Amino acid sequence: MNIDSIRNGIVIDHISAGKGMKLVSLLELDRDDVSVAIIKNVHSQKMGKKDIIKIDADIPVNLDVIGYVDPDATVNVIKDGVLVEKKTIERPKILTGVIRCKNPRCITTTEQELKHVFCLRDDGYRCMYCETKAE
Amino acid sequence: MRSVIDVLDLSVEEIDELIETAEDIIADPDKYAHVCDRKKLATLFFEPSTRTRMSFEAAMYELGGHVISMSEANSSSAAKGESVADTVKTVSNYVDIIAMRHPKEGAALVAANNASIPVINAGDGGHCHPTQTLADLLTIHREKKHFDNLTIGFCGDLKFGRTVHSLCGAMARYPGSKFVLISPEELKLPSYVKRNVLDPAGIQYTQTTDLEDSMENLDILYMTRVQRERFFNEEDYLRLKDRYILTAEKMKKAPESMIVMHPLPRVNEISVAVDDDPRACYFKQVLNGKYMRMALIMKLLKEAGRL
Ligand SMILES: [Zn+2]
Repeated sequence: MNIDSIRNGIVIDHISAGKGMKLVSLLELDRDDVSVAIIKNVHSQKMGKKDIIKIDADIPVNLDVIGYVDPDATVNVIKDGVLVEKKTIERPKILTGVIRCKNPRCITTTEQELKHVFCLRDDGYRCMYCETKAE
Repeated sequence: MRSVIDVLDLSVEEIDELIETAEDIIADPDKYAHVCDRKKLATLFFEPSTRTRMSFEAAMYELGGHVISMSEANSSSAAKGESVADTVKTVSNYVDIIAMRHPKEGAALVAANNASIPVINAGDGGHCHPTQTLADLLTIHREKKHFDNLTIGFCGDLKFGRTVHSLCGAMARYPGSKFVLISPEELKLPSYVKRNVLDPAGIQYTQTTDLEDSMENLDILYMTRVQRERFFNEEDYLRLKDRYILTAEKMKKAPESMIVMHPLPRVNEISVAVDDDPRACYFKQVLNGKYMRMALIMKLLKEAGRL
C-alpha cells in the first residue's frame, strides 16, 4: 500500500497526536482484510503534531466514534484517487455500542444483549441507564 | 407509553396535579374506591422490599383494582435467568400497569423501553425511587402548605442516599429553596449532584458536619440512614453509622415549626422517643406514599387509555 495515494477509501486527518491508536481500536480497523496506515506524530503547522489514519478500502466508518474520540478530526472520502467528500464531524449526542459502562451495579452488566448507550451531558458522556460518567 | 423512572420525568405542574388528586383521595376516599375496577397491577420485585411492595398493593386495592406479584423466590431466579426485557414483555400481556423494583441501576428504563404498558420505578439500585420522593413532596406540602422558600437540612449519608439526591432535584425546581447539607466528610453530597442539580438552579447551600448547630434555621430536617451494603469495610460502617442520632434532647433545640422526615426504615438515627413529638412526620410519609402511588397509578392508566 502506498500510503500517500489511496484509490478508494478514507483519510482521517487532524487527529490530536496520541489519539490515533484509540481511534483505530474503537473503529475496529485492526483486522486482516483491510489496508490501514496509522501515521503518528506528523508535523502540522496548525496543531504542532497530529495523527493520520488512511484506510485503503471502501468500508463504512462510524463517524460517531470519530466525533467521540476527537471532534476536531477531519474525514476525507477518496474515490478513484480524487477527494470527493469532506465529512463534518460532531460530538454525537447519543453514542451507541462504542464504549462500555464500567459501573458494576449497572443493568448493562446483567441484561442480555443490552446495547451500551451513552448520552452527551454538560460534563461529558454518561450511561443512559445508570448515569455513570464514561472514563 | 408513559412511564415514570425518575421523579424529574414529572413536571412541576404534574406534581401539583398529583398532590391535588392525593388531597382529594384523603378528603373522600369512597369516591376512588372503584376507579380501577377490574384493572390489574403487577408488582415485579427482583429484590425484596416489603414495605414498598405493600404500599403499591394497598394503593391498587384502595382504587378497587387487583394485584398480581412474582413471589420473591421466583424473583431471585428471574434475577439470575430471565432478562428484565423478557419479563416485562410477558407481564405486559397480563396486567394494565407494572411497579418494578430491581437491584441494578437503570433496570426500570430497560423495563419501560420493553413494556407495552406503563412502568413505575419502585427503586432501581442506588439510582432512582420516584414514588418515595412523591411521598416526601406530599408530606412537605401537607405540613408546610407550600414549596417555596423552604430551608431543608439533609443529614446522614448524602453520598449514596438516592432519596436525598432525588428530593434535592425535585425541591431545586421551587423558588427560594435552601439546602443545609449535614454529613461526615466521607459521605458528602457528590460533586456531580452539586454541579448538575444545585448549581444550575442557583440553589444556596451550606455544608457542615454539625447537626445540632444547623437545626435552628431549618423548616425541614430530612434524616437518612447509613447503609451497611454501601461500605466495603465494616469498620468504616461502624464508625459512621452512629455519627448522627436525633434524640428528644436535640429536638428541644429545633424550631417549633421544623418537621422531621425520614424515608424509613430507620436503624438508630432517630430515637424512638422522637416519634411522639408532633414534629415527627416519618410515619405520615408512609401513608402519604400510598396516596401518591394511588394518584400516580390513576394518572398513568388514564394517559395509557386504560381508564
Ligand atoms: Zn451504566
